[in-house]
Amino acid sequence: MAKRDDEIKQIPGEESGNGLSRRSFLKIGGLAAAVPVVTGPKIIQVGGEQVEVHGPHAAPITLMVNGKRQTLNVEPRVTLLDALREDLDVTGPKRVCDRGECGACTVLIDGKAVYSCSTLAIDAQGKEIVTIEGLMAGATQLSPVQEAYVQHDASQCGFCTSGFVTATTAFLRDHPNPTHEEMVRNLGGNFCRCGTYGGIREVVQAHAGGKRAATEAAGAVAVKGGF
Amino acid sequence: MADKYAWPAENERAYIGKRISRVDGPFKVSGRAKYTYDYNPKGLLYGAVLRSPYPKARIVSIDTSAAEKMPGVKSVHIVQKDPTGKPVTIQFAGDDVVAVAAQTEDQAEDALRAIKIQWEVLPHFVQDEKEPSGPLQGPTVMSQDDLVGALSNQMPQGQLIQQLKTNGVSFKVDDEFIKQMKQFNIPQPIIDAVQQAPYHPEAQNQPQSPYKEVRNETKGDPDSGFKSADVTHEGLYGSTVITHCCMEAHGVVAEWPDPDHLLVHISTQSVSSMPGQIAGGLKAQGVNIDAANIRVEQQNVGGGFGSKFSADRWGVYVPMLSKKAGGAPVKVMLERDAELEVAGARPSHYARVKIAATRDGKITAWDANGWGTGGPGGGAAPPLPYVFDVPNQRNRYISVSTNTGPSRAWRAPQHPQAAVITMGALEDLAAKLNMNPVEFFRKNIEYVTEARRQIYLDELDIADKMMNFSSRWHPRGQGGSGMMRQGLGLSIHTWGGRGHNSNCDFTIHPDGSVDIKMGTQDLGTGTRTAILIVAADTLGIPMEQINLHIGDSSYPTSGGSGGSTTIGGVSSSTRRGAVDARDALFAKVAPALGSTPDKLVARNGKIFVEGDESKALTWKQACAKIGPMPITVQGKNPGPENLTNSGVGGVQMADVSVDTETGIVKVNKMVAVQDCGLVIDLKTAESQVLGALVMGVSYALFEEKIYDPSTGVMLNDNMEFYRLAGLGDIPEMQVHMMTGKGYDERGVIGLAEPPTVSPGAAISNAVANAIGVRVPYLPITPDRVLQALESEEKGARA
Repeated sequence: MAKRDDEIKQIPGEESGNGLSRRSFLKIGGLAAAVPVVTGPKIIQVGGEQVEVHGPHAAPITLMVNGKRQTLNVEPRVTLLDALREDLDVTGPKRVCDRGECGACTVLIDGKAVYSCSTLAIDAQGKEIVTIEGLMAGATQLSPVQEAYVQHDASQCGFCTSGFVTATTAFLRDHPNPTHEEMVRNLGGNFCRCGTYGGIREVVQAHAGGKRAATEAAGAVAVKGGF
Repeated sequence: MADKYAWPAENERAYIGKRISRVDGPFKVSGRAKYTYDYNPKGLLYGAVLRSPYPKARIVSIDTSAAEKMPGVKSVHIVQKDPTGKPVTIQFAGDDVVAVAAQTEDQAEDALRAIKIQWEVLPHFVQDEKEPSGPLQGPTVMSQDDLVGALSNQMPQGQLIQQLKTNGVSFKVDDEFIKQMKQFNIPQPIIDAVQQAPYHPEAQNQPQSPYKEVRNETKGDPDSGFKSADVTHEGLYGSTVITHCCMEAHGVVAEWPDPDHLLVHISTQSVSSMPGQIAGGLKAQGVNIDAANIRVEQQNVGGGFGSKFSADRWGVYVPMLSKKAGGAPVKVMLERDAELEVAGARPSHYARVKIAATRDGKITAWDANGWGTGGPGGGAAPPLPYVFDVPNQRNRYISVSTNTGPSRAWRAPQHPQAAVITMGALEDLAAKLNMNPVEFFRKNIEYVTEARRQIYLDELDIADKMMNFSSRWHPRGQGGSGMMRQGLGLSIHTWGGRGHNSNCDFTIHPDGSVDIKMGTQDLGTGTRTAILIVAADTLGIPMEQINLHIGDSSYPTSGGSGGSTTIGGVSSSTRRGAVDARDALFAKVAPALGSTPDKLVARNGKIFVEGDESKALTWKQACAKIGPMPITVQGKNPGPENLTNSGVGGVQMADVSVDTETGIVKVNKMVAVQDCGLVIDLKTAESQVLGALVMGVSYALFEEKIYDPSTGVMLNDNMEFYRLAGLGDIPEMQVHMMTGKGYDERGVIGLAEPPTVSPGAAISNAVANAIGVRVPYLPITPDRVLQALESEEKGARA
């Protein structure tokens, strides 16, 4: 890995140190045009500093996904969502709108709920990525939020559910006593087509009331045959 | 026994009718549920599709040579190749033209940019809101283009043959044309019909009109009905075209494990019918494969709502891409813009309605002039007047052909639009009579089919209490004097919902485990849960002891999930299978219990002699007596005894606030009272109704497919501007399911469609009650509200 450029790290929004940041780009200026087509991250010396250059071809990157370090080969234009789904077969996050409108692709990056369809995979390096698959309380044990989603029947077709559960998890962690307005603001970036909002609202309300839902007997039915 | 399959009595049900959490819930909330979109087999290639940028255009030439040489590209398939070799005419923007498969999605998209197409752009027409003016179409004489269009758009064979027979063709059918049709495997009956079709060369020069009269009926004597009335009202009502917007786009993964076998994962509402559809589509491409050699799998589907019954173009070209790529798996999921443009549309329906009543509120006459579009093919007339079959009717409807994405069935096809028109006109007339609409509906209940009169009256009563409707109702326009106005509205609806054909293999193993195989699908409605509930209640064992396998075309066939037919179908076939399997088990264990099979009962995990629970075997002990071979029976629907039924009612009420400065409508509360015969799972049933209310708020206030008249393309083909209702838009919602005596004994009836019908009409009526003026069209957007208020003010000043 290239040496981190501390000066670059101080610029908000450019903390990643991966890819070619705007600042680095400005530093190398006209040199950029002379950068040859490379097949992996190339390190060039600019003003005595090392700068990493990606692309346009696939290059190896490392992502920390659900506590596991994963190395994959992606083009710099690949989104985190596509890298997760297509390279790592982490298929919980879904692509629905593909432009940061619906929330079905929501993952946690360093604990914050973000749209993975609008995040580049190379920019997610060095960060903790947690997807719906990583939110389980154990190998087969649902988290309290997941349990509440089952109990309040807050999923129908289930395609938006991954994103909703992920967003709800971050929301309830940050808002232990959520108000209706906070719910609408924080979960308003997720859409559902089957109309499960009634159940989702109950999940949040039950949490607000401090009545974390116990698993209903029938809700815990183990389903065989696989889905 | 005459009634051995009958649904168990209430005191014998451990699960049926209770609140059971959906069995696949844990898989869905943890991201483990796998959808077509999630199927990533080894060596997967990604497809991308070049789509028509024009709403109407002729393809002069397609050059894919450069694309074929692009990095990573493995196969290219021209979708728009017509059976006769003539240039294809595209009928709506976004239609699939060329498909490419490559090693990565980005490579496939790069390759699309290298495809060269020469277009001859033709004039288009996309306007449907304006009342039709201009000449109507004569009988449609088919041009060669029309015929090719009908064939490539999979017009039903019977309809096509009928049209050819009645209206004829405008082109000379020569031997060359017949030869070409044969080459492309056009079915012989169609070829015969083309050959025998009357030739009308003069029709070539007929002026083309988008307007076609599809209904013109009179019942009773409307003129005297209007004359005898004390009060007459005329109004304009309608719903614009909306789209399905399934969260999981339509899409397919296809692979050929060997040249004679095809494996398809497809996002579908109809697993069992897919092999046949795909085989038919491939045949037209010159690829012969038996439907029996096509296996279709789908564990979960991310929404369908009526839009996923067909194999569609992609159900054929993805297998073609795979074949051309040596059988490697190829995945194509529609991009969101394509999903909204081409893969979902609910037709628009508008109408000018004249309706009249006597002073005491009895309707005397109805006259509706309707129109609307379902895309290039026009569309069918909605069922008007809706629910109330009032005396003295005249109904006329003009179907409008537009160069927009073709319509598909949308949850309760035609009914929500018909409700908006009918319930709106009724409510407006009641307002003119200064009458509470609950009272007005009651006054006219005799025009509702007799079978459901009492159901509606009961449901109206319950809804009235839940909403405090009558005690809070105010005459129109008295919803407050400030900026914010409050109003109440109501609507009633109906649906059929009889169970479809369904089959299952039902097996009890000697170790006590049970498995059910059925070629059905669970759209998120709770189908899996319902099947397990019925099976567990019949065998008297816990649900988790039963393995359920669905979503595979190799299982016994079960109908498509549409028209609220699934619950009646799968619960009935499961019940019959479970009863027969249980009875076969009884026969095996009766000797050991010193009894006869007809005296045995299966309950609480035991098999025992009725009236003497000391003579009992545990389920496991009983199954050990089966012997080495498991018991397998087939459960069917239909079958002996009627377990499913048809025909439900349903009442909904809405409470809204309207900001008269901004035009923003806020739904405060909605109440739904719904019957559906015997409820299998109360929890998922209520979820269905709640979901329908949410969907209703969404289409009532936000959803509209907006086309630019000058370019003919959809302007809001994304989820930012094609707005769905979000959490903040959802009112307080209360659902009451009609259960128990009078309902349970009807048998199981479908539920998905009916509660979707009324929300739009109830909300529209509540808005009219609040602001004193009708907002004619859904969605009731702020601009439409302000426009209605403004026209009212102008009217008052004049």
